[in-house]
Amino acid sequence: MPLPIGDTIGILADNLKIRKSVLPISAKNATKWAEGLDLPKGGETVLYTGMMYQLIPYIEAMNKAQEKIEDTRIVDLIKYGRIVNKAVNLTDFMARPSKELRDSFDKMLANIAKLLQKAGVEFGSLYEDDLYSGALVYDLGMDDILEEHARKVYAVFKKYQVKNVITVDPHTTNMLRSVYPKFIRDYDLNVRSYMEVLVEKNIQPKNQLDMELVLHDSCVYARYENVLSQQRTLLQNAGITLKEPVDSGTFTLCCGGPAESLFPKKARESACKRVDQLKAVCSKGATMCPICLVNLHKATQGEIELQDISDYLVKAYL
Amino acid sequence: MTVANPNFVEEVKKSNEFNASACMNCGVCSAVCPMGIELLPRKLFRYVLLGFKDKVLENKETIYSCLLCRMCEANCPAKVHIAENVRLLRYYLNKNVFRV
Repeated sequence: MPLPIGDTIGILADNLKIRKSVLPISAKNATKWAEGLDLPKGGETVLYTGMMYQLIPYIEAMNKAQEKIEDTRIVDLIKYGRIVNKAVNLTDFMARPSKELRDSFDKMLANIAKLLQKAGVEFGSLYEDDLYSGALVYDLGMDDILEEHARKVYAVFKKYQVKNVITVDPHTTNMLRSVYPKFIRDYDLNVRSYMEVLVEKNIQPKNQLDMELVLHDSCVYARYENVLSQQRTLLQNAGITLKEPVDSGTFTLCCGGPAESLFPKKARESACKRVDQLKAVCSKGATMCPICLVNLHKATQGEIELQDISDYLVKAYL
Repeated sequence: MTVANPNFVEEVKKSNEFNASACMNCGVCSAVCPMGIELLPRKLFRYVLLGFKDKVLENKETIYSCLLCRMCEANCPAKVHIAENVRLLRYYLNKNVFRV
């Protein structure tokens, strides 16, 4: 028996409406990545995480629980879970990721901030006011709830007088750059991914890495936001020889991650297909979306080493 | 017997983004779909345009299985907004079937 579509979407939408995130986590855990970076709060330009990297360890833990109950009679209880979740945040009980995993995703964000600093970009952070963008709820077709949430997020940017937003992942980039303007009149934020900013700033590498790497393009960067050249420029300037899988660039193959919330097994099958393509050309790979990273990682079985692109950029540029 | 509801497409159409009628049924989308979903999107969109509401409702799982990855759109010769059309179908189902 598959996970119940309506109740699962309902829980995610309820969370966004009540707790401002599909998987609510504490402000302490959401802002830990910024410790020691001395970033000012707010400002004309901010590095905006949309909480994507911070949420991934919780999403992975939640998906493990979902995979266990998918196709069992326990899924019948999810409708009661939705009722309970309105009063008690069930994420606290169902998603308990390891500290090691949380630290690794926090480190990716800190690395991105350091790269921007190295490139001479002046920026702040919104810390606990850096909210989830609502990407999953939008994808699932909950436009009314997304619109309400988008207005809350936009109001925060206005409160801090933000004009330029630097994003760290494709989904937040797409939401803030292409989706929010459909819902908010006179939307005037200038939104760019950190990779676009690094290339614009002409960041120069300190070390040449002299290695081969296969690149997994994100569908959202490639086919929604046309972010295709920047990641290649940054890696090639660092002395990396890029290997392209069969489906690459504009025609990149999805990691399967978007199916994760409702169909964990289908998501895993898609990840296996993509990992087969990646490992056929190289034993090391880079992703640029935390959802791709975590979903593909499940299918690697130690046959390919996948890392976020920021892990490689830090080695070359800092 | 399949009952046709000529108003169904208007119920689904939340905006002009729903451009399924541009589909010329060439099948490229089904051929390149990474999920191997044969129904999506050409047959599904035809059900909507013909008003076969029951057929659409029978395929809820397929509609939510779409990754919205736009591999189909990147290959579509008719420039159909496939991912947005699928999202609008989800909006319809959320409102009218799941009541969320």
